[in-house]
Amino acid sequence: MTAPRGIPWRVTWGYLLVLLVLPIVALLSRASTVGWGDFGRIATQPVALSAYEVTFVTALGTALVNGVMGTLTAWVLVRYEFAYKKILESLIDLPFALPTAVAGLSLATVYSSNGWLGSLVAPWGVRISFTRLGVAVAMLFISFPFVVRTVQPVLQELDREVEEAAWSLGAGQGQTFRRVLLPPLLPAILTGVALGFSRAVGEFGSIVIIASSIPFRDLIAAVLVIQRLEQYDYAGATVIGTVMLAISLVSLLVINLLQSWGRGDEI
Amino acid sequence: MGITIEGVSKRFGDFQALYPTDLTIATGSLVALLGPSGSGKSTLLRLIAGLETPDTGRIWLTGRDATHTRVQERNIGFVFQHYALFKHMTVRQNIAFGLEIRKLPKPEIEKRVNELLDLIQLTGYGERYPSQLSGGQRQRVALARALAVQPQVLLLDEPFGALDAKVRKELRAWLRRLHDEMHVTTVFVTHDQEEAMEVSDQIVVMNHGRIEQVGSPAEVYDHPATPFVMSFIGPVNVLSAHSQLLHPVQEGSVFLRPHDVELETNPSSEGISAKVQEVIHLGREIQAELILADGQPLWVHLSREQYAKQPIAPEQWVYVRPRSVKVFPQELRR
Repeated sequence: MTAPRGIPWRVTWGYLLVLLVLPIVALLSRASTVGWGDFGRIATQPVALSAYEVTFVTALGTALVNGVMGTLTAWVLVRYEFAYKKILESLIDLPFALPTAVAGLSLATVYSSNGWLGSLVAPWGVRISFTRLGVAVAMLFISFPFVVRTVQPVLQELDREVEEAAWSLGAGQGQTFRRVLLPPLLPAILTGVALGFSRAVGEFGSIVIIASSIPFRDLIAAVLVIQRLEQYDYAGATVIGTVMLAISLVSLLVINLLQSWGRGDEI
Repeated sequence: MGITIEGVSKRFGDFQALYPTDLTIATGSLVALLGPSGSGKSTLLRLIAGLETPDTGRIWLTGRDATHTRVQERNIGFVFQHYALFKHMTVRQNIAFGLEIRKLPKPEIEKRVNELLDLIQLTGYGERYPSQLSGGQRQRVALARALAVQPQVLLLDEPFGALDAKVRKELRAWLRRLHDEMHVTTVFVTHDQEEAMEVSDQIVVMNHGRIEQVGSPAEVYDHPATPFVMSFIGPVNVLSAHSQLLHPVQEGSVFLRPHDVELETNPSSEGISAKVQEVIHLGREIQAELILADGQPLWVHLSREQYAKQPIAPEQWVYVRPRSVKVFPQELRR
């Protein structure tokens, strides 16, 4: 803090101002023109409430599923040696790199009623694309890498000997996992879940392809914003955007708290 | 019987870590597995613990065939070189871990943990985390954790290897005292011959996946069974013995401890002439580096008294009289 605040300091703040602060301020100032009464009314419209619910509940559910699957994947990557491991490693990051529209297109090919997997479950009356399940599949896809990438380095640093020590003291595999391995992994898993959750909440490109975006069925908040804009309802778009911004900020705060908790144990 | 090993061997891929091996370790003894890295000593220890499964042979622990018993049920205590403490648990929770797994009543766990904290001289440190302890303290906690479950056999894998010299010395003496009080059969792995000599009742010297010799520290030092044991335990000169300089004249190499040598400055009929290269004061003793008349180097240790009586200097000619030399039969040389 006592270091002279030179060029890096100013450049950083200038950059943050232009890139982050101004757009947020602009959104809030637009929202403030709506007036409190209208803001509350628009923000709590049944369509909007349903869109929040679809977005946040589905995002939370998929983030939790990936919490388990991502941990498992990280485990396999760290603990097993196998052919083509490097290829699998890069494959895991694919959702980071792939344009989301392409992701939506490929997912639709697999999960639509006449797709490879979609056609298998269709006889039981299960539809994936154009339903909330489709939203979930897209969210699973794009939030998958986060937990793998947060857990993997922590798992790599965990000493095999710690496990062996637990065994030698009489702990079985389950007890060893629960009492010895999971506690140090938990902050990383939760961080990954929170990151995945934020990413899923913000997802648009793939969901707009795989979902029907029909209100009260599989309409997510981000698509609702677009729909409002298409109807020239700027106030509506701004209000729903502001609500999403608030929730995103809160979840980022939670991520930061989780990360400092993760660092807390080791000094 | 404490531990009996019959024909146990282990292979990792192309590497034969342990050739079929027999070994008996008496109940209540303190045994060192001593050897260079890759000698199979850690593999043998891990096989006893059940952390590895043998390719062949049987392992008996306190009279029971434990070859196919899981590590959890062998009732052993294992101490690792890098402590392997549970970092997210306090010292107290670490020590209590095995007792909680065994579902002992809370008050009893509390009592046992307190006793162990006393034993490792860390009373008052129970609520600390491993990261707040020094290396020596961590290893004591690891030992207490292993002892908490009252193991039949205590196994330590290079337990002092990660500690600095001073702490290592303290902990060695402490382990010895602890063993004398508790009499639990203890096996520890080390590559440090001094450590093995100082702490153990019996030393098992290993090399290239085989046991070279089993014996008390004095036996392996004074009567080494193989050239490897002689050169691994204690300092040694290896001279080629075709030199008629040393008698009895025999084939092969002659092993000679640097302190088993007398030096004369007066020409003597028995001595072998050598030229002094260098004289180094090591404090406790004096080390002299010589070149024998046939060109072979020889280094000797002289006591301060010897040196005071008969000082030597570089470039001086002296006469070497070995007190004892060791020549091994051809088949023992590898």
